[in-house]
Amino acid sequence: MASSHGTPPVFNNKVISWIDHRLPIFSYIEKEYHTFPTPRNFNYFWNFGAIATVMLVLMIATGVVLATNYTPHVLMAFDSVERIDRDVPQGWLMRDLHMNGASFFFIAVYIHIFRGMYYGSYKAPRELLWILGVVIFLLMMATAFMGYVLPWGQMSFWGATVITNLFSAIPVVGDSIVTWLWGGFSVDNPTLNRFFALHYLLPFVIVAVVALHVVALHVHGSNNPLGIDPKGPQDTVPFHPYYTMKDGFGVVVFLIVFAGFAFFAPDYMGHPDNYVPANPLVTPEHIVPEWYFLPYYAILRAVPDKLGGVIAMFGAIAVLFVLPWLDTSRVRSASFRPIYKWFMLVLVVDVIVLGFCGANPPAGFWIPLSQVATLYYFFHFLVLLPILGKIERPLPLPPSIADAVLKNKAG
Amino acid sequence: MATSGNPAGGHGDPTRRDFLMVATGALGGVGIAATAWPFINNLNPAADTLALASVEVNVAPIQVGQAITVKWRGKPVFIRHRTPEDIKAAESVPMSQLPDPQTDNARVTDSAKKVRPQWLIMIGVCTHLGCVPLGNRPGQDKGPFDGWYCPCHGSAYDTSGRIRQGPAPTNLVIPEYLFLSDALVRIG
Ligand code: HEM
Ligand code: FES
Repeated sequence: MASSHGTPPVFNNKVISWIDHRLPIFSYIEKEYHTFPTPRNFNYFWNFGAIATVMLVLMIATGVVLATNYTPHVLMAFDSVERIDRDVPQGWLMRDLHMNGASFFFIAVYIHIFRGMYYGSYKAPRELLWILGVVIFLLMMATAFMGYVLPWGQMSFWGATVITNLFSAIPVVGDSIVTWLWGGFSVDNPTLNRFFALHYLLPFVIVAVVALHVVALHVHGSNNPLGIDPKGPQDTVPFHPYYTMKDGFGVVVFLIVFAGFAFFAPDYMGHPDNYVPANPLVTPEHIVPEWYFLPYYAILRAVPDKLGGVIAMFGAIAVLFVLPWLDTSRVRSASFRPIYKWFMLVLVVDVIVLGFCGANPPAGFWIPLSQVATLYYFFHFLVLLPILGKIERPLPLPPSIADAVLKNKAG
Repeated sequence: MATSGNPAGGHGDPTRRDFLMVATGALGGVGIAATAWPFINNLNPAADTLALASVEVNVAPIQVGQAITVKWRGKPVFIRHRTPEDIKAAESVPMSQLPDPQTDNARVTDSAKKVRPQWLIMIGVCTHLGCVPLGNRPGQDKGPFDGWYCPCHGSAYDTSGRIRQGPAPTNLVIPEYLFLSDALVRIG
């Protein structure tokens, strides 16, 4: 086996070397996951990419098993999920892992996105890497939304109704689009059937985009907490065993917390109304989406106009696509941006406040609060970031990663 | 090179080859669009879904002040037997107070142009994002305009089902309906 950077690997095993000569998958693994030079100063925020990947695999594994017992028909879907929970061997486990897995997948991805924003990982030359990440995020939201419809409970049905109706806000063609999405005149059997087909398909599309995300990552390598480029071998360590171990450790800790929920509080993050079978004639008193959509739901409701609310909600994600160009500062890491650092934390608080607004009925002080929080969200991206990069005076950057790391040790 | 009719880099006047490239490309584009269409249209409502087009309802048992909900095309339809007060309240609202101005009369006319102010027949789906408003059953919150109230995002409708307050942009939709006799109405 090759040991140092740069030299092509030599495989001692005859079979491996025969295969590799024809299809260089082993060279690829060697180069990208073994000797791959990685900044030596990662903190635990750098674990969440690996964690998200593990969650994606887990969602596909549990999903395929669930699909073998699930029936996508309005008369049978609810009962088939109850049967999975009660009668199918370990069906309860598969379902609880899948249900809570969706939540923990979003937890991992939200932390991963925060990491990117705090340490400026979206800046040149990683703009496309970032954009692919936002694409993955959008696909995840579509997948999770359609998955939540499948058990065909009250929240499934009314969540599907409200979200698909968002498109009716589009002038002129809106209603035709909604009919097209439904395959009928309301959310009904054709809708459930196609949502199941797409819910099965999209995770594999996500796998493909994740592959592109990783290819883009390995062109310039990872960013790091200092946000400066490695300048030589003294700044990096080989990916294996250093980061395979660190990622492995992080994955295990994350999975312990996840298992805690899946085994001891499987419905903590769900909504009891989804154990009531869907009834197209009665809307539940208070419709809420899954927790990971609450901030966007709050933005939707903050605008007292149908089309305006829909535009604001999609706009909240659209700004992420252009983030690399909205942020005019050339310093990546918030550690060296004394003002940005605090505003970044304010944004986190703002998004959490939006989450609470989305969870509460749109009445009383929740309305003005969600409006202020929505304005602040857009203010951060559209006003603050472009200006801050021009007026903020960054702290001096260390000469190299090794230099900063070793000084830290000494001091 | 010098004698080629198509100089490298494609400079100069458009050649026969350029023309063929553009024509082939355009035809290919049309072909792809024509092939994509059945895939897209495939998701539109199927013939059997479209066939569920009408229901007939006997309204004779509905007492004054009562309302029922029937299902049509998978959606709730509200049929309310309005009281004289309901009708008076609906008729006396000035158009200037309505976000989506429409007279009460226009909302209680069947497809044979006959006006029956006592029967208000509407699709019970909030025009905001599609929840079913409250107010059709006794004891439910009818909202500040005494008609219907949507709990999802707070839209309030009056006794004619017209939007008065909240994010919904338009009045509750009146489906096509026809009274076949005084007691029997066909919706759709
Ligand atoms: C990106 C990955 C995925 C996400 C985020 C996701 C999300 C979800 C969510 C939120 C539910 C509703 C759970 C509930 O409340 O019961 C669900 C249900 C379901 N999913 Fe997935 N899913 C993913 C991948 C898959 C895959 C690959 C399959 C395979 C076919 C699948 C099959 C199912 C089935 C059959 C159900 C209905 C049973 C149930 O509700 O537990 N999912 N999914
Ligand atoms: S769906 Fe009725 S107010 Fe939003």
